[in-house]
Amino acid sequence: MKLDALDKKLLNLVQTDFPIVSRPYKELAEKLNITEEEVLSRLKRLMDADIIRRLGGIFDSRKLGYRGTLCAMKVPADRVDEVAAVVNSYPGITHNYLREHEYNMWFTILADSPQKVEKILQEISTETGITDILNLPAERFFKVMVNFELNGV
Amino acid sequence: MLTELEKNIIKALQAGLPLVSRPFAQLGLQFGLAEEEMLNKVNELKQKGYLRRIGAALRHQRVGYVANAMVVWRVPEDRAKEVGEKLAQHPEVTHCYQRKTGKHWPYNLYTMIHKQTREECKALAEEMARSVGVADYRLLFSTRELKKSSMTYFAD
Repeated sequence: MKLDALDKKLLNLVQTDFPIVSRPYKELAEKLNITEEEVLSRLKRLMDADIIRRLGGIFDSRKLGYRGTLCAMKVPADRVDEVAAVVNSYPGITHNYLREHEYNMWFTILADSPQKVEKILQEISTETGITDILNLPAERFFKVMVNFELNGV
Repeated sequence: MLTELEKNIIKALQAGLPLVSRPFAQLGLQFGLAEEEMLNKVNELKQKGYLRRIGAALRHQRVGYVANAMVVWRVPEDRAKEVGEKLAQHPEVTHCYQRKTGKHWPYNLYTMIHKQTREECKALAEEMARSVGVADYRLLFSTRELKKSSMTYFAD
């Protein structure tokens, strides 16, 4: 799907500045000089095309009592899909990427206690037979930004 | 402490805001809340810091950022804070964390960078390295997204 200038403006707005008011789409429409119906139909199109993954609440997971960690695992190349199926089955594992390194499978775990993280890692290890897993909990946060400015793209 | 109602509202907002003219009125229906009460609850969650904001999460590979690298840095413990703060200032860095190290894994700072090409990622990492005077770093390019989803809070 090709994005036009209006799509990009709309994407920038909905990433950062979504109004919490009775008719938020109308307020966005006024900023863009288009109708509320057009905002709704464009957002639907962007979601159907999976450019917008989700439009909803973005929460402070720490404040909700959850702690995150990054884990890395050495997975033989011919077992990636099978091991990913085990890893991805946990709802608290929200991101999983294959990266170019000996430790090639990198995933994040969000859980409401360190014991739960340990339990998940133990289960993954038992089920896959892979014992070399790094657990790298965050000690300091310097920046967490998930917005992408689209004008220059 | 969050009430059961608040937890359920968080779950609903996490699932997504309906694409209708009055989304908060529609959300309120499932909790027996009028539109205004629903808006008050959402604003309250925001004021208390549970809700950062309502917004869209994008699949960034689809909007032009095709090279994603995690750059890991080995920084002396007593410089970690200073270096982390400096690296975080680069506008191309979306995430910057200090993490515990592992047995055979000495890297303690992590930055995520997103560019159009791998070469641009490498050049940026070099520039970042120079700016903080840290030579021990590696770029781990992502080659495949195996999972990217949103968290389900209070699922159990």
